[in-house]
Amino acid sequence: MESTILNFGTQADAAGHRPAALKREDSMSNVHASKKTKGYYFRKEYLGRGIATGCGLFIVVLTLAIGVFLLVRGTGTFTRFHHSILEFLFSSDWSPVDTATGSGGGVGAAVFIAGSLLTCGLALLMITPFSIGAAIFMTEIAPKSGEKIFRPAVEIFVGIPSVVYGWIGLTVLVPWIKNVFHPKMGGYSVLAASIVLAVMIFPTITTVAADAIRSTPDAFRKAGYGLGSTRWQVIYRIVLPASRSGIMTGIILGLARAFGEALAVAMVIGKTRAFPKNLLSPTNNLTAEIAADMGNTASGGEANMALWTMALLLFLISMLFIFLIHLISGKGILQVEN
Amino acid sequence: MQARIRSARRTDEVMTVVFYAVGGFFLVLILILAGYIIINGLRSYYPGIFGTTSSGIGNQLFNTVYLVFWSLLISVPIGVLAGIYMAEYAKPNKLTKFLRISIESLSSLPSIVVGLFGYLVFILMTGAKWNLMAGALAVSILSLPSITTTTEDAMKSLPKSYKAGSMALGATHWTTIIKVLLPACFPRIITGVILAAGRGFGEAAALLYTAGQSTVINWNNWNLTSKTCPLNPFRPGETLALHIWVMRTEGSLNPNSEKIANFSAAVLVIIVLLFSLAARMITKHIGRKAVGEKA
Repeated sequence: MESTILNFGTQADAAGHRPAALKREDSMSNVHASKKTKGYYFRKEYLGRGIATGCGLFIVVLTLAIGVFLLVRGTGTFTRFHHSILEFLFSSDWSPVDTATGSGGGVGAAVFIAGSLLTCGLALLMITPFSIGAAIFMTEIAPKSGEKIFRPAVEIFVGIPSVVYGWIGLTVLVPWIKNVFHPKMGGYSVLAASIVLAVMIFPTITTVAADAIRSTPDAFRKAGYGLGSTRWQVIYRIVLPASRSGIMTGIILGLARAFGEALAVAMVIGKTRAFPKNLLSPTNNLTAEIAADMGNTASGGEANMALWTMALLLFLISMLFIFLIHLISGKGILQVEN
Repeated sequence: MQARIRSARRTDEVMTVVFYAVGGFFLVLILILAGYIIINGLRSYYPGIFGTTSSGIGNQLFNTVYLVFWSLLISVPIGVLAGIYMAEYAKPNKLTKFLRISIESLSSLPSIVVGLFGYLVFILMTGAKWNLMAGALAVSILSLPSITTTTEDAMKSLPKSYKAGSMALGATHWTTIIKVLLPACFPRIITGVILAAGRGFGEAAALLYTAGQSTVINWNNWNLTSKTCPLNPFRPGETLALHIWVMRTEGSLNPNSEKIANFSAAVLVIIVLLFSLAARMITKHIGRKAVGEKA
């Protein structure tokens, strides 16, 4: 139907004269003293459609631009300063020259990469069981109060800005760790960063997992109960396996959020450029290093370029997460998050 | 057999208790966390904290609101129009698929990466100093995907009869979108915009190298081209969230820094809570209206 209307419009516009039926209608609308002719509406149709399409294309261009700019800027370490990718990934010698043109220092980012992996992995280990437990609680055990009380509460978790998490970590968690464990370097530690991240990704994993659990067909549960299963058996043997891919998606989304978090981690990790000896020693990670030094290094210099390479690495990792989610769930994140 | 049934029942009871414990623990944790931030923040109040000197947060609060205003002014039209395109015009082809992947990529980018892109394009390439507009642009990149998907979902969930009815009356597709479909999903779009605004208020990593970490405002200067005019968006504009970040290292320079950060955190959390409450009320209102329509 739509296409016939549109074709009609093009015919009328292109030919310059209109079919008789239309002409009569036009004269009728002239009687009603309306100045808006059919052509006006068709022009508006094309204009509106054009602008909407343009905005859609704009998003594509924007995303490509972000990718391309980061790629161009981030590969400078390898093309302009001739470091190897292996050195960047696996060497811990971080001594880039911080002048506009000088080169010859080391750009090994292994400490930062290890810091990111360690804190995120630890946060995930800590919070995943609890997140899944909370998701089961709000869907299977207490669905009514889960929907009324638990879900809004989880939304508060999401709403608290990440700097505020960092600030609470800095003023409450770090002193607490210092007083309880008495580490040599103060309370700034891998442990503090992991705990802050764990609290931050808790709502992400919980809501996505809860949605997955909720969308398990009720017939599955009824069949289980019909065979005489207890609730725990239904949850453990039927509901959890059935919603496995949704739960995995939630975990990856949580991991992605943890990986990209900058300031909250930067406030508690201690920013020490060394591999952590244990959970209580300070270290550094990718985002914290970028946040701290990007503005202090000479633009285009070796140190600056190495930081851009780290930003590129973050970008690539977030692309990898998207790919993994597609692989696991067979659908995009947007469907999962909404 | 009896023993197995008994043990299965016992496990079930134990696990039920465990789940209640987990649920209760997080409920208590969030209450304590939110309560601590707000109460501790409000207790850090001292006269003049809303002032516009270095011991007040007046300027930062204004910058935050002003920056979110600009970011919405940019991202809402683009996002809503792109959402319209996705819901109404996009054909199922390669380009649409690529657009969907683009939106996904944007929505999952770490905010510091978006901030660095903003730093590169809006600061380094234009040769400008830190400015509020660059920050607003960075934040609008962050809120663009969520506004687009909210609009698309809202439009797609409308009853088919709305569109069919309007088209049957002879309206063009665009007129149908503007006069019928868009008003019908207005509340849902507003909810999405409010949530995006809430996130904008708390954003810091993306503003680190765009909006800048300082602000100087002369409240008697209303010359829009001046660097100290409050309404000039091309001046450095540190926001409240960023102020907390800056305050953490300024203990020696500013004796009140801890109090300022505490209070800023409380203000931010209260603003975000109010925004999510507003979004919730609108959603509830839509729910009631939908139920009314069915009856």
